[in-house]
Amino acid sequence: MPRALSQRLFAFAGVLVVAAILGFLVLPAVVVALAAFNGRAILSFPPETWSLRWFVKALAYEDFQAGFRNGLIVTGWASSIALLVGAGFAFALDRYRFPLRGAIEAVLLSPLVVPHFTVGLGFLIIAAQVGLARSFTTVVACHVVLVLPFVLRSVYVSLRNLDRRFELAAASLGASPGKVLLTVTLPLLAPGLVSGWLFAAILSFNEFTASLFVTAQRTQTLPVAMYNYVREYADPSMAALSVMYIVATATLLTFANAYLGLGKVLNVEHAR
Amino acid sequence: MIPAAAPRVDAQPFLRAFVSPAALCALGLIAALAAVLQYSLRAHIPGSLDAGAFTLANFTALLKPLYARVFLDTVWICFLTAFFSLLVGYPLAYALVRTSNVLVKSVILVTSVTPLFLGEVVRTYSWIIVLGNNGFVNTMLLKAGLIERPLQLMFTTFGVVVALVHVTLPVMVIMLAAALAHIDRDYERAAGTLGAGPVRAFLTVTLPLSTPGIIAGVTTAFAWTFSAFATPQLIGGGQVNMVSNLVYQLGFASFNFPFAASLSVAGLALTFAVLGLLRLAARPLERMGPH
Repeated sequence: MPRALSQRLFAFAGVLVVAAILGFLVLPAVVVALAAFNGRAILSFPPETWSLRWFVKALAYEDFQAGFRNGLIVTGWASSIALLVGAGFAFALDRYRFPLRGAIEAVLLSPLVVPHFTVGLGFLIIAAQVGLARSFTTVVACHVVLVLPFVLRSVYVSLRNLDRRFELAAASLGASPGKVLLTVTLPLLAPGLVSGWLFAAILSFNEFTASLFVTAQRTQTLPVAMYNYVREYADPSMAALSVMYIVATATLLTFANAYLGLGKVLNVEHAR
Repeated sequence: MIPAAAPRVDAQPFLRAFVSPAALCALGLIAALAAVLQYSLRAHIPGSLDAGAFTLANFTALLKPLYARVFLDTVWICFLTAFFSLLVGYPLAYALVRTSNVLVKSVILVTSVTPLFLGEVVRTYSWIIVLGNNGFVNTMLLKAGLIERPLQLMFTTFGVVVALVHVTLPVMVIMLAAALAHIDRDYERAAGTLGAGPVRAFLTVTLPLSTPGIIAGVTTAFAWTFSAFATPQLIGGGQVNMVSNLVYQLGFASFNFPFAASLSVAGLALTFAVLGLLRLAARPLERMGPH
């Protein structure tokens, strides 16, 4: 039947298109890997010799090491604070009525639209005025605000999908509101909290534009160190570091997808 | 009888503890944005980080052709990026939602979401290696004998847009997929039984029903592109300038924070204006959508 044939051709073309787009998405990662294992300092495709020397050089580079340490400090604080603040507010947003509810939500979600360079500039100006210019406090505060929308969203989605009958059962059996929250709600929310924290941590660790404004030499995070490196040097150390970055991020996300259901968190499939 | 005052406290337990930290964060963000607004109205004192008297001079200076040009270029780049990421993102989102193969689904999901979490610097650096004069694309084309001299891909609007589409694609896919996942497939089946082919069913049923996702995706892609800094800075290399690059240059090369602030404010106003227009333009489309 001609219709069945045309449908098959249509489906086949669709598969080709999707494969091409996935190729476009993966291409930079593959090319960076080729460059990273290249034995020479000059790019050539495919590499004439293979080596691990750029990985050794990247790991030994002092600015990268310091950036990694600073990044861990900033990310650890920022993602944990954002999780506490965001989870509490998502809970209040889901259950309660209070003054300025919509206004606070709108302000907290605004970093999704307000350019990061504007937020960074604002934090820099304020920090300079209160004498905290270029301290870790400023960087952490800035990151908390930037990753908060993602925590809010992730926790809010899990709250929506939570079966409240468990809480009602516990309450009717005499548990106090605090006990219900700690022994029923919190464990049920765990996947949403973990994925919210994970998102926040990954985004904070990789945040660049605002960090460029609010960090100093002493508080420079890894993306800022990498940016400075790319501007000054052209050897493939940066490619080696990128490969480590890509592998680590993809691994974390695959893990998140397998154990937490990335699709549900991102709201791209029906929660069942 | 129940005492009248007691249940009010328990109706919303821990309300204060849950809301105050968030309110504090919101205040911090408002203070930061207010600081930018305030600086944008102050005079620049050369050689000092402090700002001078209140003035509108920063905004009148924005009307100079040099700066007006950067604003136009920025909007054009944002438009191109949003358009192409929609074009490329739609098939991917469709496949993500409609495939029944779990493995294919998770491959598409992780592949399309990973760039979102990589950060701008790593992504941009990767594209430099792909697009450079002795980069991947040029080497392959030269080897294949398709070109004689390397194509100029770096430092062009084309190069910047390609790298930016790579950045905005994940958000676009997430938003389109969210919309597509919530479409009741019975509508398509109904169109099928009424004699519509797959193409026609898609164009007259699925596409209009996914309009909310398209609008959300395009507006977010637009706003994110406006926010991009490392990509136009490194791939544009001074040849392609966006507002973000100008703000950084003024802030850190000339230490003219008031002017950098006024550029930010104007940029923000422009973003909201364009987003508002986009929504307005999309309204007739939305009416065709779900009823």
